[in-house]
Amino acid sequence: MNTVYRMNDATTANGLMDANEATASARSSAKTKLCAKNVNVYYGDTHALHDVTLDVYSRQITALIGPSGCGKSTFLRCLNRMNDVVDGCRVTGSIEMDGKDIYAANIDVVALRSRIGMVFQKPNPFPKSIFENVAYGPKIHGLAEHRTDLEEIVVNSLKKAGLFDEVKDRLHAPATGLSGGQQQRLCIARTISINPEVVLMDEPCSALDPIATARIEDLMWELKENYTIIIVTHSMQQAARVSQRTGFFHLGDLVEVGTTEKIFQNPRDKRTRDYITGRFG
Amino acid sequence: MLQLDPKKLRKRAWAERRFRLYGIMALIFAGSVLMLLVSTIVSSGHSAFFTTELDLEIELDPETMGISAPYTKDSLMQGSYYTTIKKGLYRLFPEVTGRGERRELVKILSPGAELELRKYLIENPGAIGKRITLEVPVSSDFDQLYKGNLPRTGKHTRLSQAQMAWFDTLVADGRIRYNFNPGFLLGADSRYPELAGIGGAVAGSFHALLVCFLLSFPLGIAAAVYLEEFARDTRLTRIIEANINNLAAVPSVIFGLLGLAVMLNFFGLPRGTPLVGGMVLALMTLPTIIISCRSSLRAVSPGIRQGALAMGASPIQVTFHQVLPAAMPGTLTGTIIGLAQALGETAPLLMIGMVAFIANVPATPLDSAAALPVQIYLWAESAERGFVEKTAAAIMVIMTFLILMNLIAVIIRSKTQTKVE
Repeated sequence: MNTVYRMNDATTANGLMDANEATASARSSAKTKLCAKNVNVYYGDTHALHDVTLDVYSRQITALIGPSGCGKSTFLRCLNRMNDVVDGCRVTGSIEMDGKDIYAANIDVVALRSRIGMVFQKPNPFPKSIFENVAYGPKIHGLAEHRTDLEEIVVNSLKKAGLFDEVKDRLHAPATGLSGGQQQRLCIARTISINPEVVLMDEPCSALDPIATARIEDLMWELKENYTIIIVTHSMQQAARVSQRTGFFHLGDLVEVGTTEKIFQNPRDKRTRDYITGRFG
Repeated sequence: MLQLDPKKLRKRAWAERRFRLYGIMALIFAGSVLMLLVSTIVSSGHSAFFTTELDLEIELDPETMGISAPYTKDSLMQGSYYTTIKKGLYRLFPEVTGRGERRELVKILSPGAELELRKYLIENPGAIGKRITLEVPVSSDFDQLYKGNLPRTGKHTRLSQAQMAWFDTLVADGRIRYNFNPGFLLGADSRYPELAGIGGAVAGSFHALLVCFLLSFPLGIAAAVYLEEFARDTRLTRIIEANINNLAAVPSVIFGLLGLAVMLNFFGLPRGTPLVGGMVLALMTLPTIIISCRSSLRAVSPGIRQGALAMGASPIQVTFHQVLPAAMPGTLTGTIIGLAQALGETAPLLMIGMVAFIANVPATPLDSAAALPVQIYLWAESAERGFVEKTAAAIMVIMTFLILMNLIAVIIRSKTQTKVE
């Protein structure tokens, strides 16, 4: 348990989060954004996710932690229906956003994905210019009528992602020339350029060095004011630092979910306790 | 501690060196064979880019030429200029008077001399009635004699001693010119080697490749995109996939037979035209393009697809905005290599009749034409000695095109490689 206390001390010192304050804010703004009920996922014959029921609250960061292959990424990909394109993948149960089933027949996947953005584990900028990367979403969704509107959206998104100052002189340079951390912030800028309500992040820092990771975490902290964020992470420190709520997955089960403070300081389940104290994982 | 036998170590090091030596020897062998091939072709073909011409003074008497005013293009086309030119040559050799001797003498002149004079008159009708000096081509045998390709003695001598003596006099008098021959690059085929050009075959190949590209490129990309991005992995798509790979290995003459049976006999398209040639070549190029496009699509990082999907792009938008542009360099490289193969293909063109003697440069893909490799085949089997250098020169032309096309493919590939890094 000592580990956990040290972790929390560190985060408080960083000014990122005070555990008590976070809990309080979690209670006050506990408006349900996404509501998953009895979600099961099958890849062919493999039963990857068992009966997951989880509420995600608005304008909070929810962290999903667990060992590799526990189904947390699979669950994340259910939320914007990215599993639809996987051959042989079947999802049962219901996932509602603002009270509407996102798997209902009348839901347009394209529209859904424009409301639920996603940032991937490996930075995946399009092999085009920095400007074109951010402008792509607004272009295909028709958000900008004129070139000037488009430029405004691009600049604002880059500013929100904290990348503008670094790239303002080379907006038309290829995005693949950026560093890994810059590429990931570009992907975040790209995601928020179409103003989604929810941002899913699938281990966004696992390919980055600690400094780039710190920048992304700061950024998430700012984005939380306007977006609902769900982050899958392998780093328990990261979950403790940035999230208000944490869910622990193990072997396809959602073992435990609660405020981050509770999960890290007073977990109910033995498996959670073993994982966060580093007995396995 | 591990003790290694020094004998075995030496043996290993020696084996290493020996293997490297084998590699170098193989490279040297391949390189020297290539050098031998290229140098043989260039040494026998370079002279085809030049032609031997005779400085001849000609009396432009309208009566002898059978023309009368007004001297329009049409009326000048009707004239007969052979006698006038012959007279110019007789004037140089006043001692040659016998009919038989004179008949031997005029063999120095190429039939092209007449055409040369007609062209001159159409451009300068004001010269009629005057005496002019014109450079007219000499016939193939004398051209070859001057270039040193014809033996002066022995049983292969095609010219009499008198003819060679007359020609030597002309050379001694400084009347023989050795000029660059633009007609070889621009002109069409001819029965007379000194007049034959590669231009018609180049145009025919160009039209055929154009048709081939316009058909196979969009079709190939459409097929590759569908198979790679949209089709489900079923038994049917696997059968189609296997057959595309098989198609790439079908001997080209069979595609020619298909063109003969289906395009000419069933659809009744015009025989021996670049249109049909291009269609047959497109069938051959299609598998190459599909395979190269599919492998480039497969090489596009799945992250790009997922990223675009997660932005709310529809599958078609993902493909056409992000994936296909990223796969384009590889596809273009494959396409150029496929077209280069098509450029060198002979057998299918023989089957669909692009093997006729065509004395005009084709203007459209619907005109009968020869193609470069077919022209090489036609000239290589001609009996006249003058066609030997033409054949080699035509090979030089087709090799130049092939090298250029492959160079473009290499440049595209290296450019995109640096971009990705």
